[in-house]
Amino acid sequence: MATAEKQKSDVMLDYLIPQKKFPSVWCPGCGNGIVMGAFIRAVDKLEYDRNDIAMVSGIGCTSRMPVYLDFNSLHTMHGRALAFATGVKFAQPKMKVVVITGDGDALAIGGNHFIHACRRNIDITCILINNHTYGMTGGQGSPTTPSDAISTTTPFGNVEKHFDPCDLAKSAGASYVARGTVYHYPQLEKIITAALEHKGFSLVEVISNCHTYYGRLNKKGDAPAMLDMFKDLSVTKAKAKNMEQEELENKFVIGKMHEDNVKTEFCDEYKKIIDKQKG
Amino acid sequence: MSDSNQASQQQDTTPKKKNKYDFSETNKPLNINLSWCKACNICIAMCPQQIFEPDRDGRPIQTRPEDCTQCTICWVHCPDFCITSTVK
Repeated sequence: MATAEKQKSDVMLDYLIPQKKFPSVWCPGCGNGIVMGAFIRAVDKLEYDRNDIAMVSGIGCTSRMPVYLDFNSLHTMHGRALAFATGVKFAQPKMKVVVITGDGDALAIGGNHFIHACRRNIDITCILINNHTYGMTGGQGSPTTPSDAISTTTPFGNVEKHFDPCDLAKSAGASYVARGTVYHYPQLEKIITAALEHKGFSLVEVISNCHTYYGRLNKKGDAPAMLDMFKDLSVTKAKAKNMEQEELENKFVIGKMHEDNVKTEFCDEYKKIIDKQKG
Repeated sequence: MSDSNQASQQQDTTPKKKNKYDFSETNKPLNINLSWCKACNICIAMCPQQIFEPDRDGRPIQTRPEDCTQCTICWVHCPDFCITSTVK
């Protein structure tokens, strides 16, 4: 983050796998591409060796991302990306492990793995792309679908309350929690850079657009209209302090939510035990 | 002070240059890879100087290249990595 040099505009082309056929499989205007760009530029800014990065993903639209990138990648079962990533980190503690996951992948099917990865505070960066629906399988309601929103499984409005992944991760014990949107790109890149540098479990929730299912069923418009919607609905953390709880409903508080640099990290603690037993 | 006033008066007589770059129809500010473009319209909607216009398929054409300030918004928000700068 300290490097003041301006990046080139074509830096991300160096990190794409050339044999893969572009354009990508995502819908036109999908926010996943913007998050992918932010992640690549963050890695380039930090000057990591690309052999030291492992990208782990589960199933879903977001989980197609490691396929296009020139890092070590692991494409695993639905929801189990964090469990596999824990194993990778445990076997290779020097490696930077990044988990790319979606809201249905991390919070519904992999909810248990998610809270226990937070609880252990293992040094993994988890980028959770939240598009409020299951995009790949046809727009079913996910744990983050807002109340009264229409999806293919809730055609008359969602009666459930939605999860707040940032609050969940914070209370489960994650040591870095932040939220960004695909509209606020410079902040998103800063958050991802800080999360990669942080030692401990870091969660970056990115509010993204699924105009193909969530946007079309709820009449939110196309991709540029949904990005404009994120601009209107986002509130910074400083502003949100002075706002009432009712005003903040259906809005996103963006920025760094929580950082704890004192909490011990899982791999370090385990290494201490190994050294102790060796005598 | 007097020098700067004179300089500003001299600038007023010449046509005002909008930014430090000298873009024109032949010297385009951006390279657009149209074979990767999916015509999502994000660059056209988000450009603060409105240098793009959609063509028949909805893909961007640089119709007003002289207004480009190289603000980076179009290429960081392009989900398909089509847009790169010619100078950066």
